[in-house]
Amino acid sequence: MKNTIKQVFHSGKFLVGFIIFVLILAICFIYPVFVTYDPLEMIGAGNFYKPGTYVSQEEAALNEGYTLNMDASESRLATALGVEELEKMQEYLIKYAGIAEKDIDVTDTEAIVELWQQNYNPDMKAKGLTSAKRKAYRRLDASIENAMKSSGVIIAEEDAESGELKEAKTIKGTGYVNTKDIVNKRTFILGTDNFGRDVLTELVAATKVSLRIGLIAGLIATAVGLILGLVAGYVGGVVDNIIMFLTNLFTVIPSFIILILISYSVGTNARGVMMVAFIIGLTSWPWTTRSVRSQVISLRNRDHVNLSKLSGHSMFRIIFTDILPYIASYVVMAMILQISSGILSEAQLSMIGLGPATTKVATLGLMMNWAMQYAAHLNGSWWAYFPVVIVIALISFSLNLMNTGLDQVFNPQLRD
Amino acid sequence: MADQQKSKQNLTDRKPCLSGRGVTKVFGVGNKAMTAVDHVDFDFNEGDFVSIVGESGSGKTTLSKMLLGLISVTEGEIEFQGKPRDISSGAKRKEYWKNIQPIFQDPFASYNMFYKIDAVLDDCLNMRGFKSAPEEEKVRLKTEACSFVNLKYAELTNKYPFELSGGQMQRLMIARIFLLKPKILMADEPTSMIDACSRATILDMLLKLRDEVNMTVIFITHDIGLAYYISDKVYIMEHGKFVESGPAETVIINPQADYTKRLINDVPKIYEKWDLDTVARN
Ligand SMILES: Nc1ncnc2c1ncn2[C@@H]1O[C@H](COP(=O)(O)OP(=O)(O)O)[C@@H](O)[C@H]1O
Ligand SMILES: [Mg+2]
Repeated sequence: MKNTIKQVFHSGKFLVGFIIFVLILAICFIYPVFVTYDPLEMIGAGNFYKPGTYVSQEEAALNEGYTLNMDASESRLATALGVEELEKMQEYLIKYAGIAEKDIDVTDTEAIVELWQQNYNPDMKAKGLTSAKRKAYRRLDASIENAMKSSGVIIAEEDAESGELKEAKTIKGTGYVNTKDIVNKRTFILGTDNFGRDVLTELVAATKVSLRIGLIAGLIATAVGLILGLVAGYVGGVVDNIIMFLTNLFTVIPSFIILILISYSVGTNARGVMMVAFIIGLTSWPWTTRSVRSQVISLRNRDHVNLSKLSGHSMFRIIFTDILPYIASYVVMAMILQISSGILSEAQLSMIGLGPATTKVATLGLMMNWAMQYAAHLNGSWWAYFPVVIVIALISFSLNLMNTGLDQVFNPQLRD
Repeated sequence: MADQQKSKQNLTDRKPCLSGRGVTKVFGVGNKAMTAVDHVDFDFNEGDFVSIVGESGSGKTTLSKMLLGLISVTEGEIEFQGKPRDISSGAKRKEYWKNIQPIFQDPFASYNMFYKIDAVLDDCLNMRGFKSAPEEEKVRLKTEACSFVNLKYAELTNKYPFELSGGQMQRLMIARIFLLKPKILMADEPTSMIDACSRATILDMLLKLRDEVNMTVIFITHDIGLAYYISDKVYIMEHGKFVESGPAETVIINPQADYTKRLINDVPKIYEKWDLDTVARN
């Protein structure tokens, strides 16, 4: 036993899968210790705020601040003047101010703005300069003026008695605040979702719930599949026929049909996380049954089983001591695959709206469902669905890797 | 050898132990039906050392499994100690298995590799009603059984089957029989998968079981020379049928069926010479 475990951990594939899985599990348990917010708190007032740190505007404005020799208005100019504006300015300077084209460098914003300020005449009358065009140039000039203004923003306070506005503070272009001085801030590493919930915190909580669903579904499927497979394979005859009939029946009825039926009969509200886990488990045992059965059939005529029979052992004891140990490694592998497919099933069911009907908890599938319903993939809010896809893929990848590793240890002939 | 000689002489006075009439086994149904054992008749008497000889695939193992009650009989009657064999319930099967026990062809497949070999011997003691015997008594019995097959219990205890050689495993199977002391031993090619050195010892032990415990030994082999050397009676099996049977000397010195003649001719020459030597001495 010890030796087998040692051998298993010597398999590179198993080890990599195991480490990834344990890391995911560890994050699920350690993250909530440090981040104690309610994962489903609707903190953002709008949909899909992008990732980043959000600081209080009021607090930033009222902060003492620091002066840095780095005028924020310059970069403001750059953001105010796009390629279109610069081309407009160039056109004006050439056509109406008589500047040679070679003297204008469109890529140098500062130089062209200086030229503009020297040559722009709002009252200019020239041929071809329609009043519409003149107005457009005036608007352009105003926005340049605005961006160039370094006098800063005036913060006014209302006088409590007279109701007059009184200047309280001026924020200059060189005024800065240190984010460390700001108390009211929040970082959304993965932004917020359609409900304004912190995606990262929600994702960790959802991963935990999805793993639980996978584990419960996998345990149920493996337990049912194992018991039916053992009985069908060992007892054979009529019992085998009945079990195989059931197995075939469940193979052809997809789990979502059963989910729809259950939703109708017990009402949507009863379709909680546990219910979904149970249904996934109770609909995915057939392939475990089938493969356990065929393994048992090949074992039941082995001489050690015959010898056990001839030693007067009961069927129950033979199944437990002479059959089960021989298929134990296989059952472990089957369970790992069942857990993985349980998680994927939940995601699939939730995507088509048959997942847990609850807003009290998040699952990976529900997160995908919400993101799709609010068209996160169409409006570029990648943070609302892409990390979820990555987590699903990582879980499934790690479990399958563990399975392959185990397979190579227990069925060495498959090794090349 | 003297004992054997004596026992060969009064073959006919012995009480019937296991007999069969028209015993048949068909595997599968319809088109795929395959008759592995085809209406065979036999009478094995108490204390007989009987060999069933046939080529691979002739149905020897299938017959032995039917006699052991491990697989059902398609057609025909099996009588045990003069009465129709009844193994219709679990309790009756358990009772029957006190009387008949096997040694299988492949010792490596005969053990549950997840349990120490002690489990096999303890099972025998439980079957014999020593379940609540004092520990020293159990160890004494197990040690005695092991020394019967030239094994040291102290060296074997707490070992797993895969730590033993094939010969040791097969000898331990004989120790198991020694502990159980069934009336009938069904040995299905017990020497075909082990090294040549262990082979002679194992055959000796089977003979010793017959002589000391008066066990009926049904010995299955594909080797007619070997059958002649150790058995009182031989049954020659071809394609599920017994083509010839009788006392070993009669069948081998004066074979009637072509199949038997062919089997005898196929025996390697060196063996034949050795056989003739033994014949001459007898
Ligand atoms: N469980 C089974 N199902 C179908 N055919 C079988 C089965 N067991 C044995 N047979 C067939 O019965 C024939 C006799 O086999 P067996 O008794 O093992 O022969 P032997 O022991 O003489 O080599 C073989 O052709 C074999 O293929
Ligand atoms: Mg055989």
